[in-house]
Amino acid sequence: MAQSRYWTLMPEWLVYPIALLPAAHLLWGAVSNTLGPDPLKVLENGLGEWALRVLIAGLAITPIMRFLRINLIKYRRAIGLVAFIYVILHLSVYLVLDKQLDWAAIGADIVKRPYITIGMAAFVMLVPLAATSNKWSVRKLGSAAWRRLHRLVYVIAVFGAIHYLLLVKAWPPEPIIYLLIIVALLAVRLVRPQRRLRTAS
Amino acid sequence: REKLDAIASPLSTDEEPNSYDDVTSYNNYYEFGTGKSDPAKHAHELTTRPWAIKVGGLVNNPGEIGIEDLLSAYTLEDRIYRLRCVEAWSMVIPWVGIPLADIIDKFDVQGSAKYLAFETLVRPEEMRGQRSTFPILPWPYAEGLRLDEARHPLSILAVGLHGEVMPNQNGAPVRLVVPWKYGFKSIKSIVSMRFTEEEPTSTWNVQNPREYGFYSNVNPNVDHPRWSQATERRIGGGLFAKRIETQMFNGYGEQVASLYDGMDLTKFY
Repeated sequence: MAQSRYWTLMPEWLVYPIALLPAAHLLWGAVSNTLGPDPLKVLENGLGEWALRVLIAGLAITPIMRFLRINLIKYRRAIGLVAFIYVILHLSVYLVLDKQLDWAAIGADIVKRPYITIGMAAFVMLVPLAATSNKWSVRKLGSAAWRRLHRLVYVIAVFGAIHYLLLVKAWPPEPIIYLLIIVALLAVRLVRPQRRLRTAS
Repeated sequence: REKLDAIASPLSTDEEPNSYDDVTSYNNYYEFGTGKSDPAKHAHELTTRPWAIKVGGLVNNPGEIGIEDLLSAYTLEDRIYRLRCVEAWSMVIPWVGIPLADIIDKFDVQGSAKYLAFETLVRPEEMRGQRSTFPILPWPYAEGLRLDEARHPLSILAVGLHGEVMPNQNGAPVRLVVPWKYGFKSIKSIVSMRFTEEEPTSTWNVQNPREYGFYSNVNPNVDHPRWSQATERRIGGGLFAKRIETQMFNGYGEQVASLYDGMDLTKFY
């Protein structure tokens, strides 16, 4: 595959500080009290939305490689782990600041509120993916099994978008747009690249 | 910002009101966008003069009330009320307004009238939320009260807050305030009031009848299908503010509970 080396000049570790800048910005806003009258929701929703955006960035790596012939795969692990960090931060804000560790209310939320149930399910599925996002785990599980496990991210991303959609009133555009982007990024995976189609026919 | 002369009311709460900034920068007013800060950004595009509320339906004396009349022909009262949003946050807002009952009486309501229906202005040129290709809600925004609710001393038409003329993002120039119901019942920028025999439609009830009933009284025991209504977050307390328990009828039960005697409030939510 023709690949301009400029696309991958940036070292992988730089993904972390860059992709976590919005989190730093939100947390700084919370500390310096510049998030407006309802800082909790700005922080909670902002972190959740960034988790979705970073997940989308991770899902875009494969289509970008297939259709634009740009190989960014070396950044994918870092992107996935950053998404996990956003989810952890989002969940922490919900548990500690929003629900204030009222475990009875949190338990009731998980059981009775579909958007919480789905959000929690997405978090639980994300844990093994984060835990196996290292070379040792790929070797230990074997490449095929590791890939199979990590396809869970497709379900996680869809759950994440539905989690957002179920929490809003009426049908504002943002959650619908996230869901459509995620579905589109999953759908293009079903399209075989043209080159291979031609050789097959 | 124009000051209003108003007298204190015994119906006010002695809780500390939210700051002018909180009250005017954190709004739900979908005619100007769905984000909480959208109304503060865009509502200045609305012109609120001239303005009149058309009053009709089952009255012997139909007509109009001009905003100038409202501001000059009535005694304005400061009404410091709790406001509980259906989204489980709350504020304390010092409204300036007129008892709705005083206004209703001018129009000689017929005996058959049982409800009062309200409508918000439709003016897409000045209300950008009404210009979108996929309307977020069916316009005009509509709300309604039972006539006894409308006549209750706590129900007011508000023309200001914090002692000043109503800011556009809060529903200028005149809006309803019914403090024992979820905030969306308190319809903004009213252009029409109609007295009817049948229960009028209300926008959120039409949009999602399972989630938003006609009554929409604040009730910690009846959850929204998607979230709990047992507690609320008081805006203005910062990041670490403790959640507070939501009170039945938003704490106005002593005054209004009798309006609903014998009604199953899980059914008439």
